Amino acid sequence: MKPSLILRTSAPILLFLPLAVSLYVLLRGHNEPGGGFLGGLVAASGVLFFAVARGAVEARTVLRVPPIGLAAGGVLIAMLSGLPALFAGDGAYLTHLWAMEPLGIPLPLSTTLIFDIGVYLTVMGVACTIFLALLRWQEDGPDAADPAARPTNPQA
Amino acid sequence: MTGLLPVIVLAGFAGAALMAVVSASWAARIAAVTAAAVFVLAAGAIAEVGVGMTVQAPFWSVPSLGIGGGLVLDGLSLIFALLISGIGALVFLYSGQYLKGDPRQRRVLVVLSLFMGAMLGAVLADDIILLFVFWEITSLASYLLVGTDSTNANARKAALKALLVTGGGGLALLAGLILVGMAAGTTSISGIIAAREAVLAHPVAMPAMLLIILGCFTKSAQVPFHFWLPAAMAAPTPVSAYLHSATMVKLGIYLLARLNPVYADEMVWQSVLTWFGLATATAGAVLALRESDLKSVLAYTTVTALGTLVLLIGLAPDVSATAAMTFLIVHALYKAAFFLLAGIVDHKTGVRDLTALGGLYKAMPITAAAAVLAALSMAGLPPFVGFVGKELLYASTMEADFGTELLLIGGFVVNATMVAIAGVLSYRLFFGPRMPTPKVPKDPHWTMYGGPVLLAALGLVAGGMPELIGGALVQPAASVMLGHPADVTLKLWHGFNVLLALSAATVAAGGVLFAQWKRLHPRLSRASLFERAGPSRAYDSLLADTIAGCEAVTARIQHGSLAGYLRTLFLTAGLALLGTLLLRQGFAAPPLEEWLAVDPRALAFLLIAIGAAATAFAGTFLAAIIAMGLVGFATAVVFLTFGAPDVAFTQFAVETLMVVILAAAIVRLPISGADSRALPRKLKDGAVALVTGGAVTAVLLAVLAADFDPRLGEWFGAASVAEAHGRNVVNVILVDFRALDTLGEIMVLAISAFAIAALLRAGKKETAQ
Repeated sequence: MKPSLILRTSAPILLFLPLAVSLYVLLRGHNEPGGGFLGGLVAASGVLFFAVARGAVEARTVLRVPPIGLAAGGVLIAMLSGLPALFAGDGAYLTHLWAMEPLGIPLPLSTTLIFDIGVYLTVMGVACTIFLALLRWQEDGPDAADPAARPTNPQA
Repeated sequence: MTGLLPVIVLAGFAGAALMAVVSASWAARIAAVTAAAVFVLAAGAIAEVGVGMTVQAPFWSVPSLGIGGGLVLDGLSLIFALLISGIGALVFLYSGQYLKGDPRQRRVLVVLSLFMGAMLGAVLADDIILLFVFWEITSLASYLLVGTDSTNANARKAALKALLVTGGGGLALLAGLILVGMAAGTTSISGIIAAREAVLAHPVAMPAMLLIILGCFTKSAQVPFHFWLPAAMAAPTPVSAYLHSATMVKLGIYLLARLNPVYADEMVWQSVLTWFGLATATAGAVLALRESDLKSVLAYTTVTALGTLVLLIGLAPDVSATAAMTFLIVHALYKAAFFLLAGIVDHKTGVRDLTALGGLYKAMPITAAAAVLAALSMAGLPPFVGFVGKELLYASTMEADFGTELLLIGGFVVNATMVAIAGVLSYRLFFGPRMPTPKVPKDPHWTMYGGPVLLAALGLVAGGMPELIGGALVQPAASVMLGHPADVTLKLWHGFNVLLALSAATVAAGGVLFAQWKRLHPRLSRASLFERAGPSRAYDSLLADTIAGCEAVTARIQHGSLAGYLRTLFLTAGLALLGTLLLRQGFAAPPLEEWLAVDPRALAFLLIAIGAAATAFAGTFLAAIIAMGLVGFATAVVFLTFGAPDVAFTQFAVETLMVVILAAAIVRLPISGADSRALPRKLKDGAVALVTGGAVTAVLLAVLAADFDPRLGEWFGAASVAEAHGRNVVNVILVDFRALDTLGEIMVLAISAFAIAALLRAGKKETAQ
């Protein structure tokens, strides 16, 4: 059963609207409700809507990178965000550094944000990995009517 | 010089990183150049260290754990550093040719280079924890290298054997080192030696010492742990030459020598080292006579040499320290040469069996010449450095405080056997009747014979001018080992005395043994006593029993029923909570009037209750899932109304995702059917749910009855903006105050995603078949 034409056509909107919102949620998180965890979930739901409308294969193409790579990269970014602190301040890992007015512009930047971006990517990557895998599993699976081809529990 | 110590240690690691991205032939060159550079750097310190000075450098300290770190280069470290880097350079040169065209060449070289870095780190470390870390890296490198031929079950088994024996010993070592560190009040090795009295007076001094000895014995293949070393010969020959002869197996020797100043006067230390060393040396000699495989013979003679070294450390007289350090150099020179030569013979003839080889002299003259030189040093004939070593060995046993006769007899037997085996390895192999071989033998590329020729020739040079190594290397090392300046005079010629007579008798006995080898060897190899009584058998049955035991336990607890796992989880949690409440008499509830206070927010709780009941009594799985969704959304509403918008927001997002995912996956998951459980089963599940739910309820009531402690909340509320520049306290806690926890959580998330993806992929593969 194919999703309806309307759903398939509106897929890009269903993808980009949550993505934009997720970025907003991510950035405001330090002062208002939001943050990397929530942003990642919102972003993942965008990808999920797209995948439901257009299929897991196309969603995977739109993502460009494998979702598990997003998750791994997110963990890496979060880990790296703690490193600068080792060379500054009291030298404890993950003590965040702040620049309240970088280059004279009143725009507070910090390694906290980098860490939160890592959390965002991890959550998004993990959620996408799980449901794209589930969806692929469902789409590529054998005919469900054939009981012999059903996945069997190896222990059973 | 201080700044160069970290360079020496890190060079191998840096080289490995570089080698991982270049072609295999370049990897060999980089490795050889790195090792040679380290050798030159270390050799540059000879003048300084030779006069008894030490070089120190800070390295990897963790003050919060009380680990001081630090590197130190003294006489003992220097002798090892030179052997590691010098033989390393030759082995890398050799490997470039030996492994040419092998797809695993680069991997072997990278691990070898890592190994070199770890070895250098271990012998330069001035901190027991630092030393232990490097020590374990060498065990891991050995595991990877022995298992190079990973498609071969024997190689895998041998690799595991080496890892389990040395790794198990490593655990004992760690325990011993920690105890000693506690007794000394410092993890610094120089500090421990300085705090000798405190270490010895500590109540656990004896167990600590025995644990350290145990760790060293497993690493240095002492009886009864010697069996892993011959098995490790499954590694490529350059690896065997480097790890399992010249360097890694000497690490136990190194640590024993390093800690000798602390324990030298302890009777237990002396007798354990002496007798185990003697037993190892004799066992190795006898077992070497049984073997006909070239590498196995070399492995058992290495066991013999390691036993001899341990024996010499155990002996008290100063001359035995000199003997130990001299023999260390002697053995490294001839044994590395022999291993590399064995590799050449194997490579060029296709045969490794001694009884099937002979008369190779004409076909490979350079190889034969190097073998003869190495054999003469091994046999301890003048003017080779082996002779100097053997004389010192006899001198040490004669000056021993106890068991002189037994030691002398043991030493004589071992030395005579070495003479015989040296004869077998040179004369039988290269002279005598020519045997047919599958390949037509010829001398190899110079990069392969260069190393053994150089090593064997060095044995001659050092023997001709023993004062050269005596003053520059042996004296400073022996002084470190003794803890006071050693009086070292290495001489080739002592005049006509008892020692010379002993040497002559040894050579004569060895000659007789060599002549009888052809008859003796088959008898010994047929004798099944060795297989039946060997500790290798104990290892095999212990391993098999452990695996069988694990299988039995696993079959019992990993039954594969998801419902069963959930029951176990829930019951454990519920009973643990209830048990704690009972034991601590923690049952409590807030006063009744608080229960009756009317709050419009209670409506959300009503929704939760309805959802929960609907889930429990739903007829189909789909209905149950939808009812669960109701619980989730109602919980989100609760969060929202109680001032946790962040959590509510997240809960909404999660619930939405869950519903969409389940809706998408519903076709393939068995959730559309009806609940097929029988009534007794339903009752059982219900009981589990009641116990767990009841326990959680009781805990929550107890929490509500207690006074609320607002300190944490107040602190975070106050510190959030002031210290972390954020007004959203929840987020600030997540990304700043408790960032390390969050990091751990997202790691768990990522790992579980990997696991889920792998599971689903495995399921797919199965359906595809």
